[in-house]
Amino acid sequence: MTRLLLALLLACAVVLPAAAVEPDEMLHDPALEQRARDLSANLRCLVCQNQSIDDSNAELARDLRVLVRERISAGDSDDQVMDYVVSRYGDFVLLNPPFKLQTLALWGGPVVFLLLGILGLVQFYRRRAATAGAAQAPLSDDERKRLDRLMRDDAP
Amino acid sequence: MKRLVYLLPLLVLLVMGGYFVVGLGMDPRELPNMLEGKPVPDFDLKPIKGRDRGFRHDDLLGQVSIVNVFGSWCVACRVEHPFLVKIKQQGLVPVYGIDWREKDADAGPAWLRRFGDPYTLVGDDPQSKAAIAFGVTGAPESFLVDKQGVVRYKHVGPVDQEVWDNTLWPLIQELRK
Repeated sequence: MTRLLLALLLACAVVLPAAAVEPDEMLHDPALEQRARDLSANLRCLVCQNQSIDDSNAELARDLRVLVRERISAGDSDDQVMDYVVSRYGDFVLLNPPFKLQTLALWGGPVVFLLLGILGLVQFYRRRAATAGAAQAPLSDDERKRLDRLMRDDAP
Repeated sequence: MKRLVYLLPLLVLLVMGGYFVVGLGMDPRELPNMLEGKPVPDFDLKPIKGRDRGFRHDDLLGQVSIVNVFGSWCVACRVEHPFLVKIKQQGLVPVYGIDWREKDADAGPAWLRRFGDPYTLVGDDPQSKAAIAFGVTGAPESFLVDKQGVVRYKHVGPVDQEVWDNTLWPLIQELRK
Protein backbone atom coordinates (compact mmCIF):
# COMPACT_ATOMS: atom_id res chain seq x y z
CA MET A 1 0.00 0.00 0.00
CA THR A 2 2.72 2.43 0.97
CA ARG A 3 4.51 1.52 -2.24
CA LEU A 4 1.45 2.34 -4.28
CA LEU A 5 1.06 5.64 -2.47
CA LEU A 6 4.68 6.48 -3.03
CA ALA A 7 4.39 5.62 -6.70
CA LEU A 8 1.31 7.82 -7.00
CA LEU A 9 3.07 10.61 -5.19
CA LEU A 10 6.04 10.36 -7.53
CA ALA A 11 3.75 10.36 -10.54
CA CYS A 12 2.21 13.61 -9.34
CA ALA A 13 5.55 15.23 -8.62
CA VAL A 14 6.08 18.36 -10.67
CA VAL A 15 9.08 18.00 -12.91
CA LEU A 16 10.74 21.37 -13.26
CA PRO A 17 12.75 22.04 -16.41
CA ALA A 18 16.41 21.96 -15.61
CA ALA A 19 18.04 25.33 -16.13
CA ALA A 20 21.73 25.57 -16.90
CA VAL A 21 22.35 28.39 -14.45
CA GLU A 22 25.00 27.31 -11.98
CA PRO A 23 24.99 28.44 -8.36
CA ASP A 24 28.22 30.41 -8.72
CA GLU A 25 26.73 32.52 -11.51
CA MET A 26 23.69 33.59 -9.52
CA LEU A 27 23.24 37.03 -8.09
CA HIS A 28 22.65 37.37 -4.36
CA ASP A 29 19.67 39.63 -4.78
CA PRO A 30 16.74 37.37 -5.72
CA ALA A 31 14.91 40.19 -7.52
CA LEU A 32 17.91 40.92 -9.74
CA GLU A 33 18.50 37.21 -10.28
CA GLN A 34 14.88 36.80 -11.40
CA ARG A 35 15.32 39.66 -13.87
CA ALA A 36 18.44 37.98 -15.22
CA ARG A 37 16.55 34.69 -15.56
CA ASP A 38 13.69 36.35 -17.42
CA LEU A 39 16.05 38.11 -19.82
CA SER A 40 18.14 34.97 -20.36
CA ALA A 41 15.05 32.97 -21.25
CA ASN A 42 14.53 35.24 -24.24
CA LEU A 43 18.13 35.24 -25.46
CA ARG A 44 19.16 32.65 -28.00
CA CYS A 45 22.20 30.53 -27.37
CA LEU A 46 24.36 31.07 -30.45
CA VAL A 47 26.01 27.69 -30.23
CA CYS A 48 22.92 25.48 -29.89
CA GLN A 49 20.58 27.81 -31.64
CA ASN A 50 17.20 26.50 -30.55
CA GLN A 51 17.93 26.82 -26.86
CA SER A 52 17.88 29.93 -24.75
CA ILE A 53 21.02 30.83 -22.85
CA ASP A 54 19.06 30.01 -19.71
CA ASP A 55 18.72 26.39 -20.88
CA SER A 56 21.99 25.87 -22.64
CA ASN A 57 25.15 24.68 -20.99
CA ALA A 58 27.36 25.80 -23.84
CA GLU A 59 30.30 27.88 -22.67
CA LEU A 60 29.37 30.91 -24.72
CA ALA A 61 25.87 30.75 -23.19
CA ARG A 62 27.41 30.74 -19.75
CA ASP A 63 29.53 33.77 -20.58
CA LEU A 64 26.45 35.56 -21.91
CA ARG A 65 24.52 34.75 -18.72
CA VAL A 66 27.35 36.17 -16.68
CA LEU A 67 27.41 39.27 -18.87
CA VAL A 68 23.64 39.78 -18.43
CA ARG A 69 24.09 39.56 -14.67
CA GLU A 70 27.06 41.92 -14.69
CA ARG A 71 25.12 44.53 -16.57
CA ILE A 72 22.06 44.16 -14.35
CA SER A 73 24.27 44.55 -11.29
CA ALA A 74 25.84 47.63 -12.85
CA GLY A 75 22.37 49.19 -12.95
CA ASP A 76 21.34 48.61 -16.57
CA SER A 77 17.62 48.44 -17.30
CA ASP A 78 16.21 45.33 -18.98
CA ASP A 79 16.03 47.18 -22.30
CA GLN A 80 19.62 48.35 -22.03
CA VAL A 81 20.83 44.80 -21.45
CA MET A 82 18.84 43.45 -24.39
CA ASP A 83 19.92 46.34 -26.63
CA TYR A 84 23.55 45.60 -25.85
CA VAL A 85 23.27 41.95 -26.83
CA VAL A 86 21.24 42.80 -29.95
CA SER A 87 23.85 45.41 -30.94
CA ARG A 88 26.42 42.58 -30.96
CA TYR A 89 24.49 39.69 -32.43
CA GLY A 90 21.46 41.20 -34.17
CA ASP A 91 17.76 40.42 -33.79
CA PHE A 92 18.52 36.75 -34.34
CA VAL A 93 19.60 36.52 -30.72
CA LEU A 94 16.07 37.33 -29.56
CA LEU A 95 13.83 34.29 -29.26
CA ASN A 96 10.86 36.63 -29.50
CA PRO A 97 11.65 38.74 -32.55
CA PRO A 98 10.47 42.38 -32.59
CA PHE A 99 7.78 43.61 -34.95
CA LYS A 100 9.39 45.65 -37.71
CA LEU A 101 9.63 45.88 -41.46
CA GLN A 102 11.91 42.86 -41.90
CA THR A 103 9.72 40.69 -39.69
CA LEU A 104 6.45 41.81 -41.27
CA ALA A 105 5.97 38.49 -43.11
CA LEU A 106 6.75 36.58 -39.92
CA TRP A 107 4.18 38.35 -37.77
CA GLY A 108 1.72 39.29 -40.50
CA GLY A 109 1.76 35.94 -42.35
CA PRO A 110 -0.49 34.02 -39.95
CA VAL A 111 -3.01 36.90 -39.86
CA VAL A 112 -3.09 37.03 -43.67
CA PHE A 113 -3.65 33.28 -43.89
CA LEU A 114 -6.38 33.43 -41.22
CA LEU A 115 -8.16 36.19 -43.13
CA LEU A 116 -7.85 34.21 -46.37
CA GLY A 117 -9.33 31.20 -44.60
CA ILE A 118 -12.26 33.19 -43.22
CA LEU A 119 -12.85 34.72 -46.64
CA GLY A 120 -12.87 31.27 -48.23
CA LEU A 121 -15.29 29.98 -45.62
CA VAL A 122 -17.67 32.91 -46.07
CA GLN A 123 -17.55 32.41 -49.83
CA PHE A 124 -18.28 28.71 -49.42
CA TYR A 125 -21.35 29.22 -47.22
CA ARG A 126 -22.68 32.01 -49.39
CA ARG A 127 -22.49 29.87 -52.47
CA ARG A 128 -24.20 26.98 -50.67
CA ALA A 129 -26.98 29.24 -49.48
CA ALA A 130 -27.36 30.52 -53.06
CA THR A 131 -27.69 27.01 -54.55
CA ALA A 132 -30.06 25.97 -51.76
CA GLY A 133 -32.23 29.02 -52.61
CA ALA A 134 -32.27 28.10 -56.28
CA ALA A 135 -33.67 24.65 -55.45
CA GLN A 136 -36.72 26.29 -53.86
CA ALA A 137 -38.00 27.69 -57.11
CA PRO A 138 -41.64 28.89 -57.02
CA LEU A 139 -44.21 26.15 -57.68
CA SER A 140 -45.58 25.73 -61.12
CA ASP A 141 -49.36 26.10 -61.71
CA ASP A 142 -49.89 22.33 -61.82
CA GLU A 143 -48.04 21.84 -58.57
CA ARG A 144 -50.01 24.59 -56.88
CA LYS A 145 -53.34 23.03 -57.91
CA ARG A 146 -52.20 19.65 -56.65
CA LEU A 147 -51.12 21.12 -53.37
CA ASP A 148 -54.40 22.92 -52.94
CA ARG A 149 -56.31 19.69 -53.60
CA LEU A 150 -54.26 17.81 -51.07
CA MET A 151 -54.74 20.52 -48.48
CA ARG A 152 -58.50 20.48 -49.00
CA ASP A 153 -58.68 16.69 -48.69
CA ASP A 154 -56.89 16.88 -45.41
CA ALA A 155 -59.20 19.52 -44.04
CA PRO A 156 -61.31 18.32 -41.12
CA MET B 1 -11.59 32.21 -64.11
CA LYS B 2 -13.15 29.87 -61.59
CA ARG B 3 -10.67 27.14 -62.47
CA LEU B 4 -7.84 29.44 -61.46
CA VAL B 5 -8.99 29.28 -57.85
CA TYR B 6 -8.11 25.60 -57.80
CA LEU B 7 -4.58 26.44 -58.90
CA LEU B 8 -4.16 28.78 -55.95
CA PRO B 9 -2.95 26.12 -53.45
CA LEU B 10 -0.38 24.94 -55.98
CA LEU B 11 0.76 28.52 -56.43
CA VAL B 12 1.09 29.02 -52.68
CA LEU B 13 3.03 25.76 -52.44
CA LEU B 14 5.41 26.87 -55.19
CA VAL B 15 6.06 30.21 -53.51
CA MET B 16 6.69 28.52 -50.16
CA GLY B 17 8.86 25.94 -51.88
CA GLY B 18 10.93 28.76 -53.36
CA TYR B 19 11.49 30.23 -49.91
CA PHE B 20 12.44 26.83 -48.51
CA VAL B 21 14.94 26.15 -51.28
CA VAL B 22 16.66 29.45 -50.56
CA GLY B 23 16.19 29.33 -46.77
CA LEU B 24 17.40 25.78 -46.23
CA GLY B 25 20.51 26.52 -48.25
CA MET B 26 21.51 29.34 -45.91
CA ASP B 27 23.86 28.74 -43.02
CA PRO B 28 22.07 29.60 -39.75
CA ARG B 29 25.45 30.11 -38.09
CA GLU B 30 26.29 32.98 -40.35
CA LEU B 31 24.91 36.02 -38.59
CA PRO B 32 24.96 39.55 -39.96
CA ASN B 33 28.02 41.53 -38.98
CA MET B 34 26.50 44.01 -36.55
CA LEU B 35 29.81 45.84 -36.19
CA GLU B 36 30.29 46.59 -39.87
CA GLY B 37 30.93 50.31 -40.23
CA LYS B 38 31.20 50.76 -36.47
CA PRO B 39 34.31 51.32 -34.36
CA VAL B 40 35.80 48.24 -32.73
CA PRO B 41 34.23 47.76 -29.31
CA ASP B 42 36.21 48.83 -26.25
CA PHE B 43 38.20 46.01 -24.78
CA ASP B 44 41.35 45.63 -22.75
CA LEU B 45 42.66 42.09 -22.65
CA LYS B 46 45.42 40.82 -20.40
CA PRO B 47 48.47 39.21 -21.97
CA ILE B 48 48.52 35.46 -22.36
CA LYS B 49 50.66 33.64 -19.83
CA GLY B 50 54.39 34.31 -20.15
CA ARG B 51 54.02 37.64 -21.97
CA ASP B 52 53.89 41.14 -20.61
CA ARG B 53 51.89 42.95 -23.28
CA GLY B 54 48.15 42.43 -23.70
CA PHE B 55 45.88 43.69 -26.44
CA ARG B 56 43.42 46.58 -26.30
CA HIS B 57 41.19 48.34 -28.78
CA ASP B 58 43.40 51.39 -29.37
CA ASP B 59 46.29 49.17 -30.48
CA LEU B 60 44.40 48.96 -33.77
CA LEU B 61 44.41 52.67 -34.60
CA GLY B 62 46.49 54.05 -37.47
CA GLN B 63 46.76 50.95 -39.65
CA VAL B 64 44.69 48.43 -41.53
CA SER B 65 44.71 45.23 -39.51
CA ILE B 66 43.02 41.91 -38.92
CA VAL B 67 41.68 40.79 -35.56
CA ASN B 68 41.58 37.01 -35.40
CA VAL B 69 39.65 35.09 -32.73
CA PHE B 70 41.19 31.70 -32.06
CA GLY B 71 41.63 29.07 -29.38
CA SER B 72 43.95 26.14 -28.92
CA TRP B 73 40.83 23.95 -28.54
CA CYS B 74 39.54 24.94 -31.96
CA VAL B 75 40.23 22.49 -34.76
CA ALA B 76 39.41 24.87 -37.60
CA CYS B 77 41.92 27.35 -36.11
CA ARG B 78 44.66 24.80 -36.57
CA VAL B 79 43.68 24.46 -40.18
CA GLU B 80 43.79 28.22 -40.57
CA HIS B 81 46.97 28.81 -38.60
CA PRO B 82 49.63 28.10 -41.26
CA PHE B 83 47.99 30.66 -43.51
CA LEU B 84 48.17 33.35 -40.83
CA VAL B 85 51.83 32.48 -40.30
CA LYS B 86 52.36 32.95 -44.03
CA ILE B 87 50.71 36.41 -43.87
CA LYS B 88 53.08 37.30 -41.05
CA GLN B 89 56.17 36.01 -42.89
CA GLN B 90 55.27 37.95 -46.01
CA GLY B 91 54.50 41.04 -43.93
CA LEU B 92 51.17 41.59 -45.72
CA VAL B 93 49.08 42.93 -42.85
CA PRO B 94 49.39 42.92 -39.05
CA VAL B 95 47.20 40.26 -37.45
CA TYR B 96 46.10 40.64 -33.83
CA GLY B 97 44.94 37.64 -31.86
CA ILE B 98 42.21 37.12 -29.30
CA ASP B 99 42.93 33.87 -27.50
CA TRP B 100 39.38 32.87 -26.70
CA ARG B 101 38.14 30.68 -23.85
CA GLU B 102 41.25 28.78 -22.91
CA LYS B 103 40.45 26.55 -19.97
CA ASP B 104 44.12 26.24 -19.19
CA ALA B 105 46.21 29.42 -19.22
CA ASP B 106 49.18 27.45 -20.58
CA ALA B 107 47.31 26.05 -23.56
CA GLY B 108 47.35 29.19 -25.73
CA PRO B 109 51.05 29.99 -25.34
CA ALA B 110 51.98 26.33 -25.84
CA TRP B 111 49.93 26.23 -29.01
CA LEU B 112 51.67 29.33 -30.39
CA ARG B 113 55.09 27.91 -29.52
CA ARG B 114 54.25 24.71 -31.33
CA PHE B 115 52.64 26.08 -34.49
CA GLY B 116 54.25 29.52 -34.72
CA ASP B 117 53.01 32.93 -33.63
CA PRO B 118 51.52 35.02 -36.45
CA TYR B 119 50.19 37.71 -34.13
CA THR B 120 51.46 41.22 -33.52
CA LEU B 121 49.76 41.18 -30.10
CA VAL B 122 47.68 38.54 -28.38
CA GLY B 123 45.06 39.13 -25.69
CA ASP B 124 43.72 36.49 -23.35
CA ASP B 125 39.93 36.28 -23.30
CA PRO B 126 38.91 33.41 -21.01
CA GLN B 127 35.50 34.90 -20.18
CA SER B 128 34.50 35.92 -23.72
CA LYS B 129 34.56 39.63 -22.80
CA ALA B 130 36.01 40.76 -26.12
CA ALA B 131 34.47 37.86 -28.03
CA ILE B 132 30.95 38.88 -27.03
CA ALA B 133 31.72 42.53 -27.68
CA PHE B 134 32.71 41.51 -31.22
CA GLY B 135 29.60 39.33 -31.59
CA VAL B 136 31.65 36.18 -32.03
CA THR B 137 29.71 32.91 -32.13
CA GLY B 138 32.51 30.48 -32.90
CA ALA B 139 36.18 30.32 -33.73
CA PRO B 140 37.89 31.19 -35.91
CA GLU B 141 36.44 34.54 -36.85
CA SER B 142 38.41 37.38 -38.38
CA PHE B 143 37.62 41.07 -38.49
CA LEU B 144 39.12 43.52 -40.92
CA VAL B 145 39.69 46.88 -39.23
CA ASP B 146 40.61 50.11 -41.01
CA LYS B 147 43.00 52.90 -39.95
CA GLN B 148 40.32 54.69 -37.93
CA GLY B 149 39.63 51.51 -36.01
CA VAL B 150 36.33 50.86 -37.79
CA VAL B 151 35.30 47.27 -38.48
CA ARG B 152 34.92 46.81 -42.22
CA TYR B 153 34.41 43.09 -42.72
CA LYS B 154 33.88 39.89 -40.81
CA HIS B 155 34.92 36.47 -41.99
CA VAL B 156 33.48 33.43 -40.23
CA GLY B 157 35.56 30.28 -40.45
CA PRO B 158 39.18 29.73 -41.45
CA VAL B 159 40.88 32.27 -43.68
CA ASP B 160 42.46 30.46 -46.60
CA GLN B 161 44.08 31.41 -49.90
CA GLU B 162 40.72 31.68 -51.67
CA VAL B 163 39.17 34.00 -49.07
CA TRP B 164 42.36 35.99 -49.03
CA ASP B 165 42.65 36.40 -52.80
CA ASN B 166 38.99 37.08 -53.45
CA THR B 167 37.94 39.12 -50.47
CA LEU B 168 40.42 40.15 -47.82
CA TRP B 169 43.42 41.27 -49.85
CA PRO B 170 41.38 43.41 -52.31
CA LEU B 171 39.58 44.99 -49.34
CA ILE B 172 42.85 45.66 -47.53
CA GLN B 173 44.29 47.40 -50.59
CA GLU B 174 41.10 49.41 -50.91
CA LEU B 175 41.27 50.49 -47.26
CA ARG B 176 44.94 51.45 -47.51
CA LYS B 177 44.28 54.05 -50.19
